[in-house]
Amino acid sequence: MALDKTGIAQRIAQELRDGWYVNLGIGIPTLVANYIPQGIEVEFQSENGVLGMGPFPFEGEEDADLINAGKQTITTMKGASFFDSATSFAMIRGQHVQLTVLGAMEVSENGDIANWKIPGKMVKGMGGAMDLVASADNIIVAMMHSNRAGASKLLKSCSLPLTGVACVKKVVTELAVLEIKDGAFHLIERAPGVSVEEIQSKTEGNLVVNGTIPEMSL
Amino acid sequence: MNKEIGNVHGALKGLESGMTLMLGGFGLCGIPENSINEIVKLGVTNLTCISNNAGVDNFGLGLLLQNRQIKKMVSSYVGENDEFERQMLSGELEVDLIPQGSLAERCRAGGAGIPAFFTPAGYGTEVAEGKEVRDFNGKPHILESALHADFAIVKAWKGDTEGNLVYKATARNFNPMMAMAGKITIAEVEELVPAGKLDPNEIHTPGIFVQRIFQGEKFEKRIEQRTTRSK
Repeated sequence: MALDKTGIAQRIAQELRDGWYVNLGIGIPTLVANYIPQGIEVEFQSENGVLGMGPFPFEGEEDADLINAGKQTITTMKGASFFDSATSFAMIRGQHVQLTVLGAMEVSENGDIANWKIPGKMVKGMGGAMDLVASADNIIVAMMHSNRAGASKLLKSCSLPLTGVACVKKVVTELAVLEIKDGAFHLIERAPGVSVEEIQSKTEGNLVVNGTIPEMSL
Repeated sequence: MNKEIGNVHGALKGLESGMTLMLGGFGLCGIPENSINEIVKLGVTNLTCISNNAGVDNFGLGLLLQNRQIKKMVSSYVGENDEFERQMLSGELEVDLIPQGSLAERCRAGGAGIPAFFTPAGYGTEVAEGKEVRDFNGKPHILESALHADFAIVKAWKGDTEGNLVYKATARNFNPMMAMAGKITIAEVEELVPAGKLDPNEIHTPGIFVQRIFQGEKFEKRIEQRTTRSK
């Protein structure tokens, strides 16, 4: 069965490693913070200027001056810090953040990503996404395998304006975990009960399937 | 040096149509809301506004957009504002979208006397069009130039009469860099105290960057996405 958004977040959380600073984008990536594996310590950075981001506040304790990059009210953990936007992006550009997780509208088989604009229809802006994908060593995209019209979002080449070039290392969708290398999507894991054929049929870009593909364990 | 100005009206003296403004804030967090309301009243037009976001339809910079006072916006993300998207897609509004880190650094550079710098952000995208590309350590970077403003308008938690500023939590965001980059920098603060009352160890923006400071009359501090958990 295909995963829901929570399942995608749970699977990405398995990629977290002890001692990492992690930037989570808006949407599914934000949910990753709810599934930190036992026994490891990670700290979340939000690019508007906070390190050590905690859960949402209890009702009545919201602070208009304390938000994440999605403009949601948040809290901080012990040891948190605040800083200006230039310092925040120095952390990102300077590769002090070990992992970036973000959403996408399209990803290509060479790791290009598009997530900020649909010409003539929708322009929200890139926010911090271009800085994040241009600098981070380890970028995981969390997204659905197909768009609302049913078309594959894992493509030979992106049709939408790019956010970054050859930067995505891994994609986790409701159907699969895929690694991007040597100009192809390499199938690493399947969602429980999802067949390789289904993943193949919903992946427009070059898909490499080597041997038996295990199911995700969540 | 005493930078105190009695009210928002006096603080914005000299702000005219056609000027370039920087306005601090991220979303609705840490925006100079008293100054924005006053600019609405002033009715100046053809403004170029440099600000990470464009407010929402009925608050923050969205008020200036609805009033057609803005000619051009320089921002990184404008997804919260329907009127913005409408004016942009119809061509009424000029828009320069800039990666957030580049926007912050371009403001910082403007205030720090650095005319331009190379960054990897935006390489291979629309953002790189017409910009010089150069490889450093085998990786392509694009040349981004400094930003300046006739007026930089920032918001701080506390300030003193010398213009020293302290921000609260994530309301700091773009305010410190923009404070550096204004020909005239106006700080509106929640609490204005006499010089000597703030601990010099804890100043975020030194007063040298601020020309005018005033205590805002009222702060609504609207929350854009109220997210909570249950007890």
